Amino acid sequence: MNERIEKLRNESFDTHPSFSAERAVLETEFYRENDGKYATPVMRGLNFKYICEKKTIYIGPDELIVGERGPRPKAVSSFPELTCHSIQDLEILNSRQTQSYSVAEEDIKAYKEMVIPYWKGRSMRDKAFARMPQKWLDLYEAGTFTEFGEQRAFGHTALDGLIYEKGMLDLKREIAEVRARLDFEHDPEATAKDDELLGMDYSCDAVMIFAERHAELAEKMAKEERDPARKAELEKIADVCRWVPAHAPRDFWEAVQMYWFVHLGTITELNGWDAMSPGHLDQHLAPFYERGLADGTLDREKAKELVSCFWIKVNNTPAPPKVGVTAAESGTYNDFTNINLAGLKRDGSDGSSEVTLIVLEVLDELRLLQPQCNVQVSARTPDSVLRAAGRVIRHGMGYPSLFNADVIVQEQMRVGKTLEDAREGGTSGCIETGAAGKEAYLLHGYLNTPKVLELALNNGVDPMTGKQVSIQTGDPKNFKTFDDLYEAFEKQLDYVVTTKVEVDNYLRSRYAEFFPATFLSVVIRDCIQNGKDYYNGGPRYNSDYIQCTGIGTITDSLSAIKKHVYDEGKVSLDALVDATNKNWEGNEALRLTVWNKTPFYGNDDDYADDIMQRVYTSLFDTIDGRQSILGPTYHINMLSTTCHNYFGQKTAATANGRFKGMPISDGTSPSHGADRNGPTAVVKSMGKMDQVKSGGTLLNQRFLPSVLAGDEGLAGLVNLVRTYFKLGGHHIQFNVVDEATLRDAQKNPEQYKGLLVRVAGYSDYFVDLDDYHQEEIIARTAQEAI
Amino acid sequence: MTDTDRKIEATNARRPQAETTGRVFDIKRYTLHDGPGIRVSIHLKGCPLSCWWCHNPESQRYEPQVLFRPERCISCGACKGLDEIAAAEGCPAEARELCGVEMTVNEVMRAIMKERMFFEQSGGGVTLTGGEPLGQPAFAVALLEACKKNELHTAVDTCGFADWGVFEVTLPYTDLYLFDIKHMDPEKHRLYTGVDNEIILQNLVRLGEAGAAIFARMPFIPGINTDEKNLHDMGRFLKDVRGIAQLNLLPYHSAAEDKHSRWNMDYKPGKLYPPTENALRKAAELMEGYGIKTVIGG
Repeated sequence: MNERIEKLRNESFDTHPSFSAERAVLETEFYRENDGKYATPVMRGLNFKYICEKKTIYIGPDELIVGERGPRPKAVSSFPELTCHSIQDLEILNSRQTQSYSVAEEDIKAYKEMVIPYWKGRSMRDKAFARMPQKWLDLYEAGTFTEFGEQRAFGHTALDGLIYEKGMLDLKREIAEVRARLDFEHDPEATAKDDELLGMDYSCDAVMIFAERHAELAEKMAKEERDPARKAELEKIADVCRWVPAHAPRDFWEAVQMYWFVHLGTITELNGWDAMSPGHLDQHLAPFYERGLADGTLDREKAKELVSCFWIKVNNTPAPPKVGVTAAESGTYNDFTNINLAGLKRDGSDGSSEVTLIVLEVLDELRLLQPQCNVQVSARTPDSVLRAAGRVIRHGMGYPSLFNADVIVQEQMRVGKTLEDAREGGTSGCIETGAAGKEAYLLHGYLNTPKVLELALNNGVDPMTGKQVSIQTGDPKNFKTFDDLYEAFEKQLDYVVTTKVEVDNYLRSRYAEFFPATFLSVVIRDCIQNGKDYYNGGPRYNSDYIQCTGIGTITDSLSAIKKHVYDEGKVSLDALVDATNKNWEGNEALRLTVWNKTPFYGNDDDYADDIMQRVYTSLFDTIDGRQSILGPTYHINMLSTTCHNYFGQKTAATANGRFKGMPISDGTSPSHGADRNGPTAVVKSMGKMDQVKSGGTLLNQRFLPSVLAGDEGLAGLVNLVRTYFKLGGHHIQFNVVDEATLRDAQKNPEQYKGLLVRVAGYSDYFVDLDDYHQEEIIARTAQEAI
Repeated sequence: MTDTDRKIEATNARRPQAETTGRVFDIKRYTLHDGPGIRVSIHLKGCPLSCWWCHNPESQRYEPQVLFRPERCISCGACKGLDEIAAAEGCPAEARELCGVEMTVNEVMRAIMKERMFFEQSGGGVTLTGGEPLGQPAFAVALLEACKKNELHTAVDTCGFADWGVFEVTLPYTDLYLFDIKHMDPEKHRLYTGVDNEIILQNLVRLGEAGAAIFARMPFIPGINTDEKNLHDMGRFLKDVRGIAQLNLLPYHSAAEDKHSRWNMDYKPGKLYPPTENALRKAAELMEGYGIKTVIGG
C-alpha cells in the first residue's frame, strides 16, 4: 500500500468509535417543527433532506473518496425514531469493556434535554413493545427467539448496477413520469403512491445536496491549500462531487464515489440491518477500469488506491450501538457490508476480472474489520481466482468467505426469481442470499431450535426458570417411541413459529406505516414504477426470513436420545431429561457416555445425518411459505451470527453432553468438538442438507496454519471447497490460527490488536470479544491434516 | 509372522475376497502428504521394524491393544469385571482405547468410498500405511484390488521389509509406492530399526525394475541419519535405481516423543530434535547433485 493509504488506514484503525447525537438532534428539530404537516413518506423524505442540508461535512487530509455517516470518522449516528437510547444506555456505551463508544457530555445533554423528551413513547421500539402479546413475551424472554424489528429497521440490502447507469436526475425524471401517470380516478392507492413518490423525489434531492456540500467544502479547501498536488486533488474531488450522484459516473473514481454517496444515504435515512452492500463490486467497476486503462486516464495502481480509499471509508462506519437482547445476539462494531467478488454475470459468464484480484489485494493489505468480502465461486470461476482467495484466507483474517454461486442461483429460482436476476444476486450480511438491487430481504430474528426441543422435553416449561412458557405437548414419560417425542417437538415448533410470525408481521406493517425508506426505494428496482416503498411491497422481490440456529446441537441431542433411550434402552428419557435439567450434576458417566458414544452430526454418519435432515425438513415445512403482509414470503435460512452464544446462555444442558449455558452450535456447523473425522466428513454431512431450500447456510472451519501451508495445503483447500460446492454447499469460511496464538492473545491483548478471527458470518478483532466469545472461538474444532 | 497372523491368513484363504479381514488401527481422512491429492490413509496394525523414532508406537504389535490414559479416567467403575477389550468398548470417558480392530475389506471400502468425490476432485486416492501394510499381505492385496475395481488411485507406504513375493502380488494394483529408506549402513539400520537393510534395498531395486512408480522417503533425523556419509551413500545408491520419481526428506517431528510417553513406552533415543531448514536445504542440494529430484516434506 502507498503512503497515503497507509496513513488513512492507520488513522481509521486507531480511531475509537464514538457516538454522535447530531443526527438525532437534527431529526428532533425537524419533527418538532413539522410533525403532522405531511403524509409519512413525504415527512421521511423531507427529514432526510433536512439532515443532509445541516449535518457536518467532513473531508480529511489525503482523502480521495469523501463522505462520513457522522460528523467525523467512526462517529455513529443514532436513530431515536427507531430506538431512543436512555441516558443509562449512553453511559453504559461509554464505560463498557467491549464494543464501547465514547459519548461526549454535550451529547448526553442533548439527549436529556431534547431527544428523549420528544421520542420517548414515539419511537418504534416503544410502540412495538407496548403491544407485544404475553405469549410472545414469554417465549422471547426464555430465549426461544429474537426479533430484528424491535430496534433497527429491517433490511439486508445489496445493490445491482443501477447507480452506475443512472444518476439521481435520471431517477427523478422517472419518478415524475410515474407521478404524471397516476390514475386518481380508478386507483384507490394513487394518493398513497403520490406521497411515496414525492418522498422519493425529496430523497434524491437530499443526496445531491449532500454531495454538493462536499463539492463546496473541497473547493474552499483547495483555495486554502498550498501543496499544489493536494490542491489539484481537492479540485478533482469537487468536480467528482458535482457530477455524482446527480449523474451516472463517467469514470472509475466517480463510480466509487457514486456508490459511497448512495451507501451513506441509505444508512443516514434509516438504521437498516446489515448496513448496505454494493453487491458485485468488481463486476460493477470492471467496465470503468477497462475504459480508464484504454483511454489512459487510469492505471492499476490508481484503481487500487481508489478501492483502498473506499475500503477505509466503510471501516469508518461502525454499527450504531444496539441495546438489550440485540446487543447480545449481534455484539460487534461490524455493520456487515459484504462485498461480492467473481460469481456470474447476468448472461451466465464468469464474473471475475482483474478488478477481482485488485480487491483481493486491497483486502489482504488493509486488514480492516470492514467491509466483509466474499468470493462467489461458480463452476465457471477459474481455479486461479480461488487460489488467489485461498492465499488471502491463509493469512488468517477469516476473509474472504466463499460462496457457491451456482447454488445461490438455484436458491433464488426456487423462490421465483428469474435466472438473470438470480445471477446478478449474491450474498449480503453474513450468508444471506438475495437478488441484489431488486429485493426487500427482511430478516426477522433467530430461532433457538435446541430450546424448542427442550420445551418438548419439559411439556412447555422452561427448565431454566420453571415457568410454563409454551403449550403442553405431553409428559415425556409417555413418549413410547422416538416418533412420539419428535411429534411433540414439531408441535412446539409450530406454536413457537406461529407466535413469532404474528409479531413479525405486526412489526413489518409498522415499518411500512411509520418508517418508509424513501431513499433506499429509489435505488431498488420497481419501487418507483410501483409507487411503493421498500417496506411496502415496492421491490420486484419481497421475502421474509427466520434464521434457524443450533442444528448441530439439536441433531446430536436427538441422536443421543434415539440411541441411548430408544435403540439401546440404557437410560430412560425421564432420567436423561432429569440429568440435563440438573446440569449433569452427579451424572458425569452418563454425560461422557452420550458425548463419546453417540453418532454426531459432522462425521458423515447417516445415523446422525438422517436426524439432521429430518429436523431441517421440519424447519422448512413449518416456516417456508408462511404468510406475511405480502403473501407467502417466509423462508428459512441457517445462520446464527453470535446468537448461538446468547441462546446457549438461555438453554439448559442438552442431551448431547453439553453443559448449561455453553454455546449451542454455530451456523450449520457441527457442535463444538463433535466433528471428529476431519473436514471432508464435515462437508459430507453438510452436503446431505438440501441447502437449495434455504436462503443460506453457514459453515465455520478452523484450520491450523500448518494445514494450509505450501502448494499442497492450498490445493487441499481449493479441492475441499470445490467438492463441498459440488455436494450443494452454500458457504464455507475458515479461521486460520492456532490455539497457542489465541491463548497468547488472551494474555497479551495489546500485542494482538489487529488479530482478526472469523466469528460468525463476519470477522472481528479477537481482543474485542469478551471472554465468553473468545473461549467459544478457541473451542471450535481445529481441523488438522495428517 | 505371529501365530495369530498365520491363523488369519489361513482363514482368509477360504473366504470371498470382500470378506477378507485385517487389523486396522486408524482410518484418516483428508491426508495431504501421503501421495497426490486428498487421500484416505488406512493404517494397518503391526510392523516388522521397531524404529526408535516411530510416530505410531502403538502400531508396532500385530495384536489389538488397549491403551490406557489415566488422566481421562473418572473412576466410574463401568469397566469392573469386564475383560480388557469389553472394558475399552464400554468406557464412557474413553480412558481405555482399543487400538486395532478386525475389519473386512468391505467395511474398509465403505469408509473409503465416502471420500470418492474428494479423490475425483483432487486427483487423490487411498494410501495403505501402518504399521507396515505388507505385514498383512492377503488383506492389503484384497484392499488394493478392491480400490482398483472402483477406479481409485492407490499408494502403498512401506518400510520395504517384506518378501519379494508380497511386493510382486501388489504390483498390478498399486499406482505408487512410498518407500522408506532409513539408513544405508546395515549395522546402524539394525541398531535403530531392529532389522537388516539388505532385503529392503533389494526390494527397492526390483520394484523399480518391475516398472513401479516410486517416491523414496527418508525420515530426516539429526543424530541418526543426516551425516554426510550416509547422505552420499544414499545418493550413490538411489541414482541408479529405476522408477524413483522423487525423494522426500521427512523432517523429524517431536510428536513421536509425546506419543511414547502417552502410552508409557520407552523412548530409546532419549532426546531428538527436528532438523533446521538449513540442514534440510543442504541435504536436498546434495541429493539433487546425484540427479535425484528431492522434496522437503511429505
